[in-house]
Amino acid sequence: MEYFDTLIVILQSTVRVSVPLILAALAGLYSERAGIFDIGLEGKMLAAAFAGGAAASVTGSAFIGLCAAIFVSVCLALVHGFASITQRGNQIVSGVAINFIALGATVILGQAWFRQGGRTPQLSGDARFTTVELPFAAEIADIPVIGSIYSNLLSGHFLLTYLAFALVPFTWWVLYRTRFGLRLRAVGENPGAVDTAGISVTWMRYRAVICCGILCGIAGAYLSMAMTAGFVKGMTAGKGFIALAALIFAKWKPVNVMFACLLFGFLDAMSIRMQGNELPIIGVVPVQFMQALPYLLTVILLAGFIGKAIPPRAGGVPYVKER
Amino acid sequence: MSVPYAKLPAWVDYGLIPLINLAVAFLVAGLVVLAVGESPLRAASLLIEGAFGYGEGIGFTLYYATNFIFTGLAVAIAFHCGLFNIGGEGQAYVAGLGVALPCLWLDQFAPWYVIFPVAILGSALVGGFWAMIPGWLQAKRGSHVVITTIMFNFIASSLMVYVLVDVLKPAGSMAPQTRTFAESGQLPRLDWLLASFGLDIGGAPFNLSFLLALVAAFVVWVVVWRTKLGYEIRTMGHSPSAASYAGIRQSRIIIITMMMSGALAGMMALNPIMGDQHRMQLDFVGGAGFVGIAVALMGRSHPVGIVPAAILFGVLYQGGAEISFEMPQISRDMITIIQGLVILFAGALENMFRPAITAFFATLGGARSDKPLPAAE
Repeated sequence: MEYFDTLIVILQSTVRVSVPLILAALAGLYSERAGIFDIGLEGKMLAAAFAGGAAASVTGSAFIGLCAAIFVSVCLALVHGFASITQRGNQIVSGVAINFIALGATVILGQAWFRQGGRTPQLSGDARFTTVELPFAAEIADIPVIGSIYSNLLSGHFLLTYLAFALVPFTWWVLYRTRFGLRLRAVGENPGAVDTAGISVTWMRYRAVICCGILCGIAGAYLSMAMTAGFVKGMTAGKGFIALAALIFAKWKPVNVMFACLLFGFLDAMSIRMQGNELPIIGVVPVQFMQALPYLLTVILLAGFIGKAIPPRAGGVPYVKER
Repeated sequence: MSVPYAKLPAWVDYGLIPLINLAVAFLVAGLVVLAVGESPLRAASLLIEGAFGYGEGIGFTLYYATNFIFTGLAVAIAFHCGLFNIGGEGQAYVAGLGVALPCLWLDQFAPWYVIFPVAILGSALVGGFWAMIPGWLQAKRGSHVVITTIMFNFIASSLMVYVLVDVLKPAGSMAPQTRTFAESGQLPRLDWLLASFGLDIGGAPFNLSFLLALVAAFVVWVVVWRTKLGYEIRTMGHSPSAASYAGIRQSRIIIITMMMSGALAGMMALNPIMGDQHRMQLDFVGGAGFVGIAVALMGRSHPVGIVPAAILFGVLYQGGAEISFEMPQISRDMITIIQGLVILFAGALENMFRPAITAFFATLGGARSDKPLPAAE
């Protein structure tokens, strides 16, 4: 029973740390499926976390914070779109630039506005997202196994958590069952064909980039307003890159994205849990190894040693109309 | 818009357009300074004063510039092959082992001029090895070098934390760093170089690796523009299919280029470890690998452009530190913004002003018919 409780605790923190990964990876999915590579997920998420934390602490409303987070993230996404769609610049370079601008600007503006060393003030009350108890969570908590799973693992998360998990089937539906999704995928595989069909490649890609911005905004808001109470300098700490790794690991498929993010989240939760503890048979595993494991797995996958990850064919290539 | 941009005079292409892009980047940075409530002009004068106003400032400026010459060259040589090596940070970090281990082993019984070549070789080998894996993966297994080098940065960071905390930390010490090297593990400073200009270097760690960086810049120029290998690298970069028709073995060139790139990034580790701290610390690279991207883009991947671009970033680092004393609102993070803006305007948006400039030159020399007018598209 003790092991079971430990497992529930680990799984619960897995869910908690996976949410920003899922949101950011889905954001990347929309963009990359449309042929716009985006390594600026990290920067957009960071800027959104800051905007959310700042707006929520000034207005005292979590909803306004969320809106501000989405707005800033979409603006950065549009900069990336302008550089890579309209100006046909290098998408990787543009993504790197956005990461740095966000990293620096959040600290400089945070220090100028709040004077707390780059932090935003602690959020409390309505300025922060609250957790939601599912119905009957308290009543059935005492039932062994099922009660524990229901009331500790499934219940008691933030609304954004449920939203993130709901977005996975939603994204699948959009991508594979709507006209928008078909065109989005087509524009990432063969933009020439989409253009021939009389659909604007440019507008299609801009819409994909905006979707990416919205989701990164939610991911950032989750970080600064749900997971913690306020923005802290550099709080994304590589999550954007883990999300990118998860996206590749999932071979750009929505449901796989969720499982990849849960796997990477689980590794993260385990590495915190296992600090200094010995594992049976293997002995002490250095924490650093656990932290590096998501990246190692992605490299191994990319190298084609477990399956093969094939990116969208037109990814990273600016579209030039034939004349 | 599908025709390539009209041809412009070389001085416009290599001089005017990069300068305009750079000016726009700094203009936007100035707006940020303004938004924070400080005067951009005063910030600029403090910057110049802090970086060039006195001997110690110049020493620090050139010390930082040394790092950026190495990492800038590393990114640039990969650019010539059409590869984007974002992994300079991780390559330099791991290459710290190639510097620190020879120093730790040899500093008791060998003089610095014996340790220095060993450390150069060590850093280049370790950095080259760390970049070779992504290169090999791209060449042989088709995984994209951008993604693998990003992943390798994180793997490097975890590895080095492990090595510093669990292996190299002296017993009884709390700080995650190696022991301090004996005097023979320390590079001589270049105080005589500045003294010949009548400047006092003060406490600045401006050291011999600066000269090594200049040599590296020259060697990169020779290799890229004056050897068969360099010709093959550039051919690959311009057109991989042309390269393969010409019988150039693509995978060989990719792996060799990545190794050279990693070796250059790795040699950056000499400067902070042997030249300044005289021990290996956690995070000694401090973002220099990423600054290399901005430096390479600004210097248009040519050593002649990279050295001044690296010095400019040295100015930003050193002068930026001075500004933060006077203007507490503007911390080191301002440099990160400028770095991002330079990458954005000199890299991703490099052609934004080109149509307007082309139109401008077309109206100037309208009679010359060999230049297609943009309006005629």
